Amino acid sequence: MEKNVMVFVEHSEGKIADVSLELICEGTKLARRLNGSVTAAALGHGMADALKEVGQYGCRTVYYTDDPRLAHFTSVPYAKTLVKTIEKHRPHVVLFGATTTGRDVAPRIASALRCGLTADCTDLQIGEHRIKKTHYPDVLLQIRPAFGGNIVATIVSPESRPSMATVREGVMRLQTSKNPMAAEVVSEPCELTDGDFPTRVLEVVREEKCVDLKAAKVIVSAGMGASSPEALKLVRQLAKVLGGVVGSSRPVVDACLLVKDHQVGQTGTTVRPNLYIACGISGQIQHRAGMSDSKRIIAINSDPAAPIFDVAHYGIVGDVREVIPRMIKAYKLRGTI
Amino acid sequence: MGLNMIVMVKQVPDTQNITGEAMKPDGTVNRATLPSVFNPEDLNALEEALKIKDTFGGNITAITMGPPMAVSVLRECMYRGADDVILLSDRQFAGADTLATSYALSCAIRKVGGYDLVFCGRQAIDGDTAQVGPQIAEKLGINQLTGITKIVEIDGQTVTVKRSVENGMETLKSDLPVLLTVTGEANEPRPPSAKKVMAYKHVGCAPAGGRDVSDDVSERTCKPMDIIQLWNLVSIGAAPERCGLSGSPTKVKKVQNVVLTTGDARQIPNTDMDIAGLMHELIEDNIIG
Repeated sequence: MEKNVMVFVEHSEGKIADVSLELICEGTKLARRLNGSVTAAALGHGMADALKEVGQYGCRTVYYTDDPRLAHFTSVPYAKTLVKTIEKHRPHVVLFGATTTGRDVAPRIASALRCGLTADCTDLQIGEHRIKKTHYPDVLLQIRPAFGGNIVATIVSPESRPSMATVREGVMRLQTSKNPMAAEVVSEPCELTDGDFPTRVLEVVREEKCVDLKAAKVIVSAGMGASSPEALKLVRQLAKVLGGVVGSSRPVVDACLLVKDHQVGQTGTTVRPNLYIACGISGQIQHRAGMSDSKRIIAINSDPAAPIFDVAHYGIVGDVREVIPRMIKAYKLRGTI
Repeated sequence: MGLNMIVMVKQVPDTQNITGEAMKPDGTVNRATLPSVFNPEDLNALEEALKIKDTFGGNITAITMGPPMAVSVLRECMYRGADDVILLSDRQFAGADTLATSYALSCAIRKVGGYDLVFCGRQAIDGDTAQVGPQIAEKLGINQLTGITKIVEIDGQTVTVKRSVENGMETLKSDLPVLLTVTGEANEPRPPSAKKVMAYKHVGCAPAGGRDVSDDVSERTCKPMDIIQLWNLVSIGAAPERCGLSGSPTKVKKVQNVVLTTGDARQIPNTDMDIAGLMHELIEDNIIG
């Protein structure tokens, strides 16, 4: 039987979510290892044309269930329909974005199918596994940090078909395929009754993010070592001078000093800017997982043993209140040196 | 109107200072070596149930699955106003992943029965998976509303909630019964009531027939104050093959301590001249404009 990778494609206001396209790219790589192909599963209303975009990322087939009642995500009908789609097409691997939608529907599906599900994977590979004398080839290796990021665990579900995983937005890279395909949208029947819609969507309020970290070329991030009003002001100044935006570590957001849109890291936004300046950030693994692919990283920290220095290209041991003014001054005088 | 509510709570290792030494060779956690806390968002879940009870009356049953030491979170529930508390404990539950955990918990919820609302924290800080709530809902065959930030309205038949999503906020209404997973934004959990602490601090466990579940609590005789109900695999009628390691499709293949690789970070002395040199280099390399 062919070993295919299925990606749950979610969308909002007629546009496919970035994370779903990222997973199509990752799914293409995994499918190559499995000698299978990547497919997509989507639900919605009036999305048939928009879904063809997945072809640009190497996906040839979209299984699509169209119904006006599926226009907006709710748990029970989405889970029921996806269970049917998975049972019919028997993918080897199913991937979901670790979004509020994916984290809601994937466990419900895993429960119904009694299959393994691993949340928030930071890396996916194909490998082998052995349980006593049984050898399992082509197993999905689901790699994720655990226990507060102090350990990295590799999880497998060798006896489960499919193996399912969720992945946060930005963790996998988005690249248009070298061999774009004309994606075929295959219509799947909707077998839902009105009783399958226990949730009524009364209102949806859209809010724009106050900062676009993913698109920024320069990010200056504040950690607890730069959380005083004075230091935060300097972080903002440096970001402005360099034409960048302000990021932050999780504790700064938890302390309500910056809103969550600024948070870089595994539970915030994964970023790959040209320049990432970590100001007073110790560098917990969740943070590093979200920024270590930046082209250049400057770490400023008064603690020379801070883990952030391990992922940095340039380390400056010192107080951000001294270092940042020096950077601003040097940049402003750039023509003169 | 009096609603019957069940709150699922979990005792979790405090994930701040854990090292690989706390892991057993099979990749599961040696919880005995770690300080334990009440999972933060489970307290938010309990608080939502208590607020409903304050307004409309009703009954709150708190359930936890874990080793005997997990009774401390049940006492914490009683200190805040839970009516009934159940410890689900059995050696055969050990090593359960989210699927096997949700199976055992759903069996316990079925045994309690007659519920209008099931509350869970959105996720536990030890795994951060947010999977057990939806998996319980599926096994009970009821609806779920996850990651809720506010209960807007509740009557005897329906509940209306706000749910925070990536690009905004949803207002959703569901018929009862429904399972809700609650985020830390929903409320500020109340502190324990001093009166209830005095009343319940010495409560013990009442074994629920069947075989003994642990050396620590099995030999107790049932006293009037033994109001923590002790349930096990047999008393909830669970299938052994669906519990613990054998009921868990996911296996931990490998666990690694996070090795901090010694990076090749170039040390830049904190001086005007060296920092100016760094900025110059970044401009030369077209990293900044």
